[in-house]
Order: sequence, then C-alpha cells, then structure tokens
Amino acid sequence: MTVTMQNSQPTGLQRVELLSEISEFLYYEADLLDERRYEEWLDLLADDYRYSVPLRMNVMYNDVAEREETKYGSEVCWFDEPKSTVELRVQQLLTGVHWAEEPVSRVSHVVTNLRIVEVSGDEVEVSARFLVYRNRVADETDFFVGRRRDWARRTEQGWKVFRRILHLDQSVLMAKNLSVFL
Amino acid sequence: MTIEDLSTASPAPIRVSDLVDVDSGVISRDIFVNEQIHKLELEYLFPRAWLFVGHASQVPNPGDFFSSRMGSDPVLMTRDTKGEVYVLLNSCRHRGMRVCRYDEGNTMQFTCPYHAWSYSMDGSLVDVPGDLHGVPHMKSAYHGRLEKEKWGLVRCPRVYNYKGLIFASWDENAPDFLDYVGNFHFWLDNLADAFDGREGETEVFRGVLKWRIRSNWKFVAENFLGDTYHGASTHASVEAVGIGPGGRGKRRHGERQNQGGFSKGRMKTSFRLGHGASDNLDYELPYPEFAEPKLTEYFEHAWDIRAERLRAEGRALGGRGPATLFPNMSFAAGFPRSILVSHPISSTETEVWRWFLVDKDAPDFVRDWLREYYMRYGGPAGMTEQDDMENWDYATQASLGVVARRYPYNYQQGLGEERLSALDGAVHSDHAIAGEVNARAFYRRWAEFVDNMSWPELMNVAAVDDRVSKIMERASEVEA
Repeated sequence: MTVTMQNSQPTGLQRVELLSEISEFLYYEADLLDERRYEEWLDLLADDYRYSVPLRMNVMYNDVAEREETKYGSEVCWFDEPKSTVELRVQQLLTGVHWAEEPVSRVSHVVTNLRIVEVSGDEVEVSARFLVYRNRVADETDFFVGRRRDWARRTEQGWKVFRRILHLDQSVLMAKNLSVFL
Repeated sequence: MTIEDLSTASPAPIRVSDLVDVDSGVISRDIFVNEQIHKLELEYLFPRAWLFVGHASQVPNPGDFFSSRMGSDPVLMTRDTKGEVYVLLNSCRHRGMRVCRYDEGNTMQFTCPYHAWSYSMDGSLVDVPGDLHGVPHMKSAYHGRLEKEKWGLVRCPRVYNYKGLIFASWDENAPDFLDYVGNFHFWLDNLADAFDGREGETEVFRGVLKWRIRSNWKFVAENFLGDTYHGASTHASVEAVGIGPGGRGKRRHGERQNQGGFSKGRMKTSFRLGHGASDNLDYELPYPEFAEPKLTEYFEHAWDIRAERLRAEGRALGGRGPATLFPNMSFAAGFPRSILVSHPISSTETEVWRWFLVDKDAPDFVRDWLREYYMRYGGPAGMTEQDDMENWDYATQASLGVVARRYPYNYQQGLGEERLSALDGAVHSDHAIAGEVNARAFYRRWAEFVDNMSWPELMNVAAVDDRVSKIMERASEVEA
C-alpha cells in the first residue's frame, strides 16, 4: 500500500508507512551502489537530479551561519553537479582503467537517523546521517561521515531522488580522493 | 669508548647532491622517502624559497584573514586598514599556541586562547599588523616591563603581490621575487591575467580544496612541471569518457588541433632556477571549442583581444602550463585555470590545496560553466586528478622498502637532447611528450637549496645556464 499526501503533512500511521517506504528505497539505493550496479542506480535518479557536497570550514562562532560552508551554486564544493556529470563518473568507473577505483574499492554505505522533514504532493524531504566506509587494496581505509538531505519524488516508475545535499564532517579531506559516490 | 669518540660517532651529514645525479639522469629514492632528508628540506628549502600563500581576493577588506601554510609553519595572510597584505606566523610568542584556528574570517585582533595575549591583525590598535597590544596582568605579572613591541607575531619579512598572487619568503636575504621567478613570469602572467589578457583581472572562487595524500610532496610538484608522459596511461579513463569543454567524444581539454598537433605544444620549458612548464611560449593554443556555442563565442572573442594585446607588446601567445614554480606551487593557466600547492607534512605525507581562478568580470554563464568544469576536473573529487593521487601515493609507498630504496629512479628522457630556448635561463626538451629535462633541473635546484648553498651562490649558479653551453658544444660538434 502506498500513501499519497496532498499538501498536508502525514500523521500517525501514514507517517510510519511513508518513512518505512522511503527508508527501504534509500537502503536499496545504497545497496546498488555498494554492489556497483551503477546503471540500475542511475535509474533511481530523476533527470533533474543535483548532487551537492559543499566544503566545510572553520570559522568564528558568529560567522557559522553565513560562512561555515561554501555555497553550492556559486562557490567551490567537493561536488555540485547535475545528473549528466554523475553519469560521466559512472562511465569512468566502467572503463576499467580508472586507477583510483581499479582495483575496485570495498564500500559500505550506511544510511541512518532517517526522518521525514516535509511532504509536498508527491515529493518528500528526508533528513539522514551517512557513513561511507571504504577499504581498498591492502591497508587504505577511509570514513566519510556527515549529515545528508535527500529529496525524493514518487513517479510511475517508483521513487526517484532529485536532490541530494551532503555535509561532510571534515574541512581537510583526510582521504586521498572522493572517487566513491557519497 | 671515550666521550670524544661518542661525540664524533654521529653519522656524516647527508649531502643530497650526491643523491641527485642529473648528468646521468639517476636520482635516489631516498629523497622521496627519507625522513632525515625531509627535515633538511624543511630547514633549508621552505624557509628560504618564495612560496605561494594565497590570493589577494581572499582578503578583500581590512581585517580579513586567510590561514595558510609555508612549509612546516602555519601563517596568516591578513589585510590591514591601509590595504596592505601581510603574512604573520600563526603562533603565539608566549607559548606558541596557534592564535587563529579559523580558515578565514574578519577580525580586529587575534587573541591567543591559552593566556589571552592579543595581537592587532590590521594595525589599527598598534603601529604594525601583528604587534602585541594586549597582555593580561601586564602590571602585576611583568611589572609593566614586558617590551611589547618586541613580542608581536613574527612577521614574514618578504611579501610580494604579483597581480593578486601573494608570495612570501622568510629569508631577508632572498633575491627579489622577480629575480627568483626570472623569465618564468610569462606563465604566471597567463595565470593571473584575464582571459582577454587584461593584467591581473582575476580572482579566486571562494573555497580552497584541501586534502591529505600519502605521498611525498615532490611527486606533486614534478607532475605539473613537466610530466606529460603520464597522461595517456594515467588519464585513459577521462580520455575515454570525455569531460572537457568540447563535450563527449572530444579531447579532455577541448584543444583545437590546428597548431601542428597537440604534442608539439607540450614541449617542455625548463628553467635553471628550478621552475618548469609543460609547454612553451611559442605554441599558440587558442581557447577551446565548447559544446555550447555561447561559450565558444565568448572565449573566441577573449582570445582575439588577447592576441591583439600581446602582439602589440611583442609577446608570444603560448605558456598555459601546467607548470610548477619552484618549489611547490603548481598551476595551469587555461582549462582548468587553477593553483595547487603541495604542503609537506612528512616525507610520505602531503596536504594538497587547490584554488580556482576566474575573471573578475566574467558573466554568470561563464562563471557557472567554469566552476562546474573545475570541480569535475580537479581536486580529490575531480575525475582527472583522482587518478594522479593513486600514482603518487603508491609510488611513495612502494619506494619505502629497504630493497626498493637501493634502486634509483630513472630520469633519462631526452638526456643530452635539450634545445635552445629564446628565453634566458631556459632550455626546451627535444621531445613533445616524453622529456624529463624539467625534472632534472628541478631536482638539481632542490639539491642546491637542501645542501644549504648560500643565496649569492644559488643565484650565481643559476645566472648562467650551463645546459645552453652544452647545447652549443653539441651543435658545433655536429657541424664539424
């Protein structure tokens, strides 16, 4: 059973059902990434998908609201790109000569603390935490951890993510690269 | 064993020039992995050379600051009320605490969290930025006898603003920045000038990418100074996918192929001062063709104006890089237009910083396109640069072994095949793609610094490029 909201915030059981539905979708999406089923994963992203990971900075207390992170849309971010660029990244991974991921890394995406922020028609905004563990070759281990906001849309082909903003909890990236999708 | 024996039992000091044999193109792996040598370069190279600290556009207003690094030291780039840019050592004079742990901001003073000594950052509270003006318990603890004027933040004595690029050196005796750069300044000009050639009309996007790699810093500097040899193998995946201005199926950078071939332009230019570029000034490389006609039109127009402007000055139109200003500032002046500094952390660890430049008056559609291109190209998330780090890291790690360290690296490409450059103090490699002439010059210069050659000596040996006389000798032998 699916729940459809029309400009009203879900309550009670509706909310539980929607959260369960969206959680399952996001966990499935994470599985596809970890299993490197990139083509199937791309199908879960809407055509207007945009992926942004601003830089975090150490700034004074009074500057936090305004300056703690770079502004996607106008400043330098780790990522700030449309679906077409994400597709290029997938193509690069599939060449077999993308040395940053060849041999391939072992990756686990943990998505947790899921909470529905807002429902608007067929669209839902979800707050979450992410933890991406990567181990590659022998002793190379990275943790990418932070907060995440996802916006997903219910379509005839099922749920699609159309906006994702991640706030990585590092100002200096302690990993040598970001060759995995967060 | 007597006490005298013990005191002389310390190992003989390392002479790094013994490890760098540029005549035969053989360089010991030790200079990339040995912590003792790393300490020598921290001691004798970084505090003497001119280093890139940041861009003036990062501190546009009085009271603005940007935290940076110079070798092993944290520094603050600040702007005072008079508009001057200063570089201050970010360490309290009382117990050494970092007085500022913010990446950027605006303030009247830096107050040390430890004991609250406070330093005026813009000179408004004292005579000179960095001076100590506030000391808790000044009267009771120091009986008013602390000579505050002697205990300000250590100011970097040499700061030079080159078209917005801020360089600094700790060495009072260092030559002027322009003498340190020599004719290599043409590459810096292309970096700092607008796409249409207007002088210095550039700024940096807000946001400096910073990341840690398990590599020696010199691999990074060497890569940009002239290693075009790695492109085909390292970057095979982006070549296959096509991420450049021209769109899918086009070359990565979208260069037009009407200049006698891409490779021709990649000939190396190597300076005796240690700087090097992966191209030469004679190679005219018009701005790329873009998938979007509006962008092509914009950049074609910028190129035409630049060509007219530079020709009127009698200047060549080439020199876009990639390039490295000795020792650790690398950059590219084209697509992308970006600065990279490899900060040494240990012999096998480096913190890399990347800035991206844009014309101050670039319209939004150009600005947006460049920003997205820069992010997908460079930095740790950049599709091109990701593969570089894999190499630098594993080259360093696989060179650490006791047996591995017995075998030197090979730098013999183009050995004895250098050609004359029209520029004083420079030669070219004779090969379009493969030519390690820049690396050989870089490591020779590196050894001269690390062996603590004096400044007069350093400038003397660089004044005459002995490679030029060798080229002349070879030419006369051929004629005879």
